[in-house]
Amino acid sequence: MSYALEIEQLYKTYDNGFTALQGISLAVQEGDFFALLGPNGAGKSTTLGVVSSLVNKSQGQVRVFGHDLDIDLSAAKQLMGIVPQEFNFNMFERVIDIVVQQAGYYGIPKVEAKQRATELLKQLGLWDQHKQAARTLSGGMKRRLMIARALVHRPKLLILDEPTAGVDIELRRSMWAFFEQINAQGTTIILTTHYLEEAESLCRNIAIIDHGKIVENTSMQSLLRQLNTETFILDLAEELHKLPESSDYRAHLLNPQQLQVTINRQQNLNKVFEALSDMGVQVTSMRNKTNRLEELFIDLVQNNQTEITGA
Amino acid sequence: MSITEIYIAWMTIVRKEIKRFMRIWVQTLIPPSITMVLYFVIFGNLIGERIGPMGGFDYMQFVVPGLIMMAVITNSYGNVVSSFYSTKYQGNIEEMLVSPTPNWVILAGYITGGVARGLAVGLIVTTLSLFFTHLSIHNFAIIVMVVLMTSILFSLGGFINAIYANSFDDISIIPTFVLTPLTYLGGVFYSIDLLPDFWATVSQANPILYMVNAFRYGILGVSDISVAWAFAVIGFFIVVLFAYSMHLLNTGKGIRK
Repeated sequence: MSYALEIEQLYKTYDNGFTALQGISLAVQEGDFFALLGPNGAGKSTTLGVVSSLVNKSQGQVRVFGHDLDIDLSAAKQLMGIVPQEFNFNMFERVIDIVVQQAGYYGIPKVEAKQRATELLKQLGLWDQHKQAARTLSGGMKRRLMIARALVHRPKLLILDEPTAGVDIELRRSMWAFFEQINAQGTTIILTTHYLEEAESLCRNIAIIDHGKIVENTSMQSLLRQLNTETFILDLAEELHKLPESSDYRAHLLNPQQLQVTINRQQNLNKVFEALSDMGVQVTSMRNKTNRLEELFIDLVQNNQTEITGA
Repeated sequence: MSITEIYIAWMTIVRKEIKRFMRIWVQTLIPPSITMVLYFVIFGNLIGERIGPMGGFDYMQFVVPGLIMMAVITNSYGNVVSSFYSTKYQGNIEEMLVSPTPNWVILAGYITGGVARGLAVGLIVTTLSLFFTHLSIHNFAIIVMVVLMTSILFSLGGFINAIYANSFDDISIIPTFVLTPLTYLGGVFYSIDLLPDFWATVSQANPILYMVNAFRYGILGVSDISVAWAFAVIGFFIVVLFAYSMHLLNTGKGIRK
């Protein structure tokens, strides 16, 4: 099996003494759409910073498509494209110039760079703004500009550090479609995001990092299978004043016409409906309370926190 | 990267740098021209006539090579320090750092940008000086070599300053407190033969003295110091500052966490 990224026993301690990474190991298969999740300050950006060579590691090994960063950094860089969390382009430069210049840093001739930049800006819906200074773009446009810039040298590994932060849902979904399209064309993608719905719908494999350690590293499917309970919100036609009681589910009222029900995955909702029906209450609609991955994520991070504090 | 790819990466930085100072020409090319015209008028025409000849030339002719050099020094330094620091400040230094462009190419690109601005301002100031005095060329090769080497040296200085700078205030400290006094005391306005022996010896520790005198030799054919020695001093400082800049880039000082 070939890997796009292999990380072994990676440590990072900053000059102020803060240890951001405590020996993490990861392997991302070629062609994968991989999620690296974790709470704020968990070490996600530090990990990606080391991979992209913007952060000096304290210890450990990183290989990109087999190229060790300590031995063959240039070849590894040629294969990677980075979309950072913060806007990091020159706000006074024109959109097209930012993308063409980036191609130049990879040794791509200007004529070809212009063709590629035009193609990408059109695909990402930025062509109408290509002559504008970057500072005049909206937040969503700036995010797409960073994606175009990261793809101009046609990397085999694309690292997306919260690429849809602050982007409205419609645009976010169109960006998801774009990521799925380039992943289907063979680009390996590593994604960090706080929108867990995004990770759940896009990624096939996942690692959760917390306090500089990997607390889970598995496929999305097997992770979601670990979820034992599911919570639903039921909208009721009539007001409910007494809760239906059963050992098969837990219920509580959010308001007189909204009931929250948590059931075991092995159970079904029939008994809840029967109880409500006996009480003369009709259910008008129903939805999941939270995204399933979100529940698991919170469980894993809380368990890790308990282990660290010993509480 | 292949040689062609390295050339493209270097040209990308050079083009970006030249575009930057040409885009803001009102801030980069006009102010040094106005300042130098004022120097020509005040020191050359008004005061110079009362000072009389210096080094065998009238004062205006004596002072012009030093003033041209002063413009080259401050502009090559200023170009790199402000451009590289704002690249660092805005974060777009990362565009280069994540790419396979080698560190020495990044450094060479910024130096070339600094040299380009130094030469551009030097040319403008030289042209303006012709309205005030007659300039002959004693040795064209020396003129070109001194200007190139001086602007390379001060571009390197600007680069190191930008690496250490943590705020926009930090990029004006060295020009104000080091560069300007050294330039004024570097024989721009006087010959060190006028100084008492002690201060004439102290002046020889000032690297700018060598550049000004070597340049003056290229134009007028007179110098307070040996031109060969001047080239050796400038060359020595270029090697030292280049090696130090590379060390800073390779260790990621101020640019990598």
